[in-house]
Amino acid sequence: MWSPAAGVRVPLDLCRIDDRLIHGQVVLGWGQQMRLGFIVLVDDEVAGSDWERELYRMGVPPEVDVVFETVDGAATRLGEFERDPRPGILLTGDVESMVRLVGKCSALRAVNLGGIHHKSGRVQRLRYVFLSPDEELALRSLESRGVAVTARDVPGARPVALSDLLSGKGE
Amino acid sequence: MNNPATELRAIIAAHGELAAGLVSAVDRITGRGSALGILSNVGLGAEQMEAMMRERIERDGVRAIFTDLPSGSWTMAARRAMRGNDQVVLVTGVNLAALLEFVMRDDLDPASGARSCVDRARAAIGVVTGGGGARAT
Repeated sequence: MWSPAAGVRVPLDLCRIDDRLIHGQVVLGWGQQMRLGFIVLVDDEVAGSDWERELYRMGVPPEVDVVFETVDGAATRLGEFERDPRPGILLTGDVESMVRLVGKCSALRAVNLGGIHHKSGRVQRLRYVFLSPDEELALRSLESRGVAVTARDVPGARPVALSDLLSGKGE
Repeated sequence: MNNPATELRAIIAAHGELAAGLVSAVDRITGRGSALGILSNVGLGAEQMEAMMRERIERDGVRAIFTDLPSGSWTMAARRAMRGNDQVVLVTGVNLAALLEFVMRDDLDPASGARSCVDRARAAIGVVTGGGGARAT
């Protein structure tokens, strides 16, 4: 894992679910502390839209590369991303996309819940995490396959384990 | 006749309570804080933010939007909500100097006012050291 103290890191340190995708917490909160080199934005809709891709690219400093991929495309290129020596963040905008990706890439061993906000059918679990019953099941299934699922919006926050989050011990 | 002190002319969309703080400061200085609406991102996801921004533009007729970070989620939401509408102007990186200029320029329509305050906002940022002359750099 990435260690700010030692400066030691493994590429794709952060695989994050955040419905805002690229925004301040990612670019500044995490990015500056990690000395971020690249972002892999995994979203089928964004990957297929020139306008959306440009919108997200404009929010990123020029020294940080942004790669836009579909879930299938990201799965194909994951090895390439992991060999990249620069610190990297992989983002999906929803639980379903991350679960699909992990299903295709057993190398992903940790998932960060960074921002899943209110929608009809979701229950609040943390200030920044709301989950539907289906999403809870999907995240539990990730853990049962050996993927560590924790919630943490910014680097300075305490990571909250999925079990604590779902049992109401998160805050 | 419109009253420049009470007419909503723009919205500020920012992280946490920043927008409320900026409007409070504008009101203290000019008495025209009511010209500025407030949006906070606290507890909101991308879809909610876009819907709120769209509502302000379409329902309230807002033509000038100020956001804090160019890479922030409010900027993303604003750009989506204003897409295809060239009557709306977005200014990112808002600061107090920009807003003071904006609210005092009620001779301009809101979109023109938003454009005009950018130079003032940039000029307000400087570095001052204890040595040397009195001029900021």
